[in-house]
Amino acid sequence: MRITQGTFSYLPDLTDEQIAKQVDYALSQDWAVSLEYTDDPHPRNVYWEMWGLPMFDLKDAAGVLAELREARKAHPDCYIKLNAFDSTRGFETMRLSFIVHRPKEEARYKLRREESAGRLVRYTLERA
Amino acid sequence: MAGSIDLKALLAESGVAEVLDELDRELVGLKPVKTRIREIASLLVVDKARAALGVEGAKPSLHMCFTGNPGTGKTTVAMRMATILHRLGHVRKGHLVAVTRDDLVGQYIGHTAPKTKEVLKRAMGGVLFIDEAYYLYRPENERDYGQEAIEILMQVMENQREDLVVIFAGYKSRMDTFFQSNPGLGSRVAHHIDFPDYTVDELEAIAGKMVAALGLTLSEPASRALAEYLRLRREQPNFANARSLRNALARARLRQARRLLEAGTVDAAMLTTIEAEDIRASRVFDAARAAATEENPC
Repeated sequence: MRITQGTFSYLPDLTDEQIAKQVDYALSQDWAVSLEYTDDPHPRNVYWEMWGLPMFDLKDAAGVLAELREARKAHPDCYIKLNAFDSTRGFETMRLSFIVHRPKEEARYKLRREESAGRLVRYTLERA
Repeated sequence: MAGSIDLKALLAESGVAEVLDELDRELVGLKPVKTRIREIASLLVVDKARAALGVEGAKPSLHMCFTGNPGTGKTTVAMRMATILHRLGHVRKGHLVAVTRDDLVGQYIGHTAPKTKEVLKRAMGGVLFIDEAYYLYRPENERDYGQEAIEILMQVMENQREDLVVIFAGYKSRMDTFFQSNPGLGSRVAHHIDFPDYTVDELEAIAGKMVAALGLTLSEPASRALAEYLRLRREQPNFANARSLRNALARARLRQARRLLEAGTVDAAMLTTIEAEDIRASRVFDAARAAATEENPC
């Protein structure tokens, strides 16, 4: 099952060249780019591991791409996403976030049904 | 023939000619430096023409080393260099990141690599200017973290040549030993440019520009006093070329301000003119006078 999270998630995976262009756009807006990775891409898991610190004061995408290559080499079996943080007062949040690397074998989830009191039914997503 | 290209037009189109002319106009002296920069610009234009005709060539390595005494304009030229390389399309963004040893080398094990990499990432797409680069290598301490920074630098200079240009700067003799002890680094730096000391005439021309930039003028006797000052100051230790000159002018401005306050009422001409007495009050003249009386006391 293909994990869809963040911007561009219904498009085919971006090539490095396309990623570089997105990063260049983010940098042109003065957003700080950072990388995060995880082996648990459950939609409720918002705590991904940071790959180094957010990269402030960059001018060019080459630095981000170099980090991305290293992150891929170190964690080929993880999901890696790229975030762009806008520090402008009033936003102070991620403005752009998309998956830049996914493992060969994607994580699989199944829907678990649980019956409880009365006719109440609870559903949870569970790693298959 | 597959087609011909007008190199002159290509040069004009890139807007580099303006930067080069500006360089000639605004920077006094520095003949060898200007020649080398023109050569590099020509090479890049020719490469561009080659690419336009479909001849693929590897991008030339443009890492440089600027050597020269303090105050000879290394940083200023590096700043221009970034603009030139940007206009010619060799670097994508054309900004200059100026660093010294402190910005690259960490204080404990494992601190250096991330620090150096962060600086390199910031410099990508532009020019990394490492001032006093010889401090990176401390032969007296074999566990010095500088070596680690050098290794990371070398790796990036080699593998990501198209992403950034590194310029090392420092005094000639110490840079020579630096490259001798790091042959790998020396061989990756293709262009060694030596910045000569300024002559008194050149320094006077620079003084003219500096004074004009401050919105001031030198009176006729003051120019003569300044020429004399420069001649004496050059002979003294710690002479830092244009930097010493700038400091001397700053002190002259202070003395002028004091003189004007003591005078009480002033007019526009007085406010903008530096007089000979402002310059002659310098300690440099005292020292020269003392030396002269020592030689023939009477």
